[in-house]
Amino acid sequence: MPGRVLVGVKRVIDYAVKIRVKPDNSGVVTDGVKHSMNPFCEIAVEEAVKLKEKKLIKEVVAVSCGPQQSQETIRTALAMGADRGIHVEVSGKDYENLGPLQVSKILAALAKKEEAQLIILGKQAIDDDCNQTGQMTAALLDWPQGTFASEVSLEENQIKVVREIDGGLETIRINTPAVLTADLRLNTPRYATLPNIMKAKKKKIANVKPADLGVDLTSRLEVLRVDEPPQREAGMKVETVEDLVGKLKDAGKV
Amino acid sequence: MRRRQMLPHCLYREISLLTSLHKVHLYTPATRTQKKHQRSNMNRVLNKSTLRSLTGLIQRFQSTLVVAEHNNDKLTPITLNAITAAGKLGGDVSCLVAGTNCAKVVEEISKVQGVKKILVAQHDSYKGALPEELTPLILETQKQFNFTHICAGASAFGKNLLPRVAAKLDVAPVSDIIEIKSPDTFVRTIYAGNALSTVKCNEAVKVFTVRGTAFEAAPVGEGNAASEEVASTPPTGVSEWLEQNLTKSDRPELTSAKVVVSGGRGLKSGDNFKLLYDLADKLNAAVGASRAAVDAGFVPNDMQVGQTGKIVAPELYIAVGISGAIQHLAGMKDSKTIVAINKDPEAPIFQVADYGLVADLFKAVPEMTEALSK
Repeated sequence: MPGRVLVGVKRVIDYAVKIRVKPDNSGVVTDGVKHSMNPFCEIAVEEAVKLKEKKLIKEVVAVSCGPQQSQETIRTALAMGADRGIHVEVSGKDYENLGPLQVSKILAALAKKEEAQLIILGKQAIDDDCNQTGQMTAALLDWPQGTFASEVSLEENQIKVVREIDGGLETIRINTPAVLTADLRLNTPRYATLPNIMKAKKKKIANVKPADLGVDLTSRLEVLRVDEPPQREAGMKVETVEDLVGKLKDAGKV
Repeated sequence: MRRRQMLPHCLYREISLLTSLHKVHLYTPATRTQKKHQRSNMNRVLNKSTLRSLTGLIQRFQSTLVVAEHNNDKLTPITLNAITAAGKLGGDVSCLVAGTNCAKVVEEISKVQGVKKILVAQHDSYKGALPEELTPLILETQKQFNFTHICAGASAFGKNLLPRVAAKLDVAPVSDIIEIKSPDTFVRTIYAGNALSTVKCNEAVKVFTVRGTAFEAAPVGEGNAASEEVASTPPTGVSEWLEQNLTKSDRPELTSAKVVVSGGRGLKSGDNFKLLYDLADKLNAAVGASRAAVDAGFVPNDMQVGQTGKIVAPELYIAVGISGAIQHLAGMKDSKTIVAINKDPEAPIFQVADYGLVADLFKAVPEMTEALSK
């Protein structure tokens, strides 16, 4: 039975924002843009808190790697019910190069240090769209992985995971300790209530440096440039179904 | 300059690397002034025969392993797209087939054009293609053959497996690539397809997944790959595959269908999706859905098209009762022709639609089915 769960939370540009590519093609504009917790991370936090409410685990620790502002994201996780936070401070150039490999090394080191038995992450961040960190963390720890989970049930020293796969669903059973990554349909995250937000202010966030964990942040991936995707040409409105079918027939589409 | 054009751009870096190893002086991309100085050198050194031998050397240097996805009976089509992508790297392409029963799939791959060698690992522990069991196998294979690239299709299978392999090799993987610029430079989308990121991977082994819709399927029929057994690895036993619940359908598979009809919240209920199935049947189309339709329980999750669902790029995509949120567009905006049927003229879907019809779908869709029956 897992005692302690680590939940990774990432601060990303809010999912509803229409992003802009920087004119110098070095990245996307992040300054002055609304950020929030990655939606898949919210689901991961919700699942961890639910497990705690069912008394299946003892402690939920929210972890975020990034600059100062990442603490807001941890605070949100605390308001949702996480017990304490760990902010792994990464800023400047290191933050620009921070990818799944570096984050998974940090998470693996923290999991050992904190003696966690379970790590729950989102299946992907909606900014880099990598879908890698959970799998890589599991690999570094040599733990089994339950990715794209839509249903999780804790059993004695094992976890039954229903996974979303291309043709439908599959069920696996993995040993603990393990890494889970949450798919959209795992749960519906709760809203943090005002009293809980107030309470979250009293919860502790520890500050850790990657170097304290012995993690080297060197990256061998280099972003050469970021471009706007090609724009589609403006389409046309048709008045009737007949018109629509006619146009599609003319274009050889039906 | 003619000789320069004979050299595929992607090979420059490799050649400069090689020549630095072999202490040969050779032309590499440089600034205009440097080019002038180097031109005389170039003509002397880069004659046809050295070029040929160098290209040969490079091709021996590049070797790609494609991890085949299959269900022990049939190869999953996205593997064919991954084989095409692997072929673009310029070296030998090998295919790893691991499973409980590989014979049929090996036979299928042996006919695929562009595959040089098939590595076969058959063992009961590969049941369910669990990454905990497949990763050690891939690492062993890598130890034996020293591939420069390891890839798979960016399906649930590939996404689950390859990052685990990459972490074990201590390299950063590259997800869901849509273009190969050179053996170390890839293009992928970020922010739900709203930006294209060109990344250079300086890892010793490049591990990546391939967006199926961005590469043609490798042709089947003319290949003649030899197969070779590789030793299976001892079971790790930390995970176990229990069961599968696949959505059964007679319609074409969503990600490779030529026509896709998708429904959203506007369908109002699962029963109403029948309207779309009828239309799809007329078009021999696959049926997709927006997240709203899946969350509302109208259809199963494996029909979801979008950033976190499936990426499709059919000839024709018909969006019915879908507003066109960023996350949905991410999964379908590379479709050749997009049709939107929506009663809200302000719906964002109309901004990407080639043909838009502002109408009540409950009237328009049956009319369209009817019109297509004529």
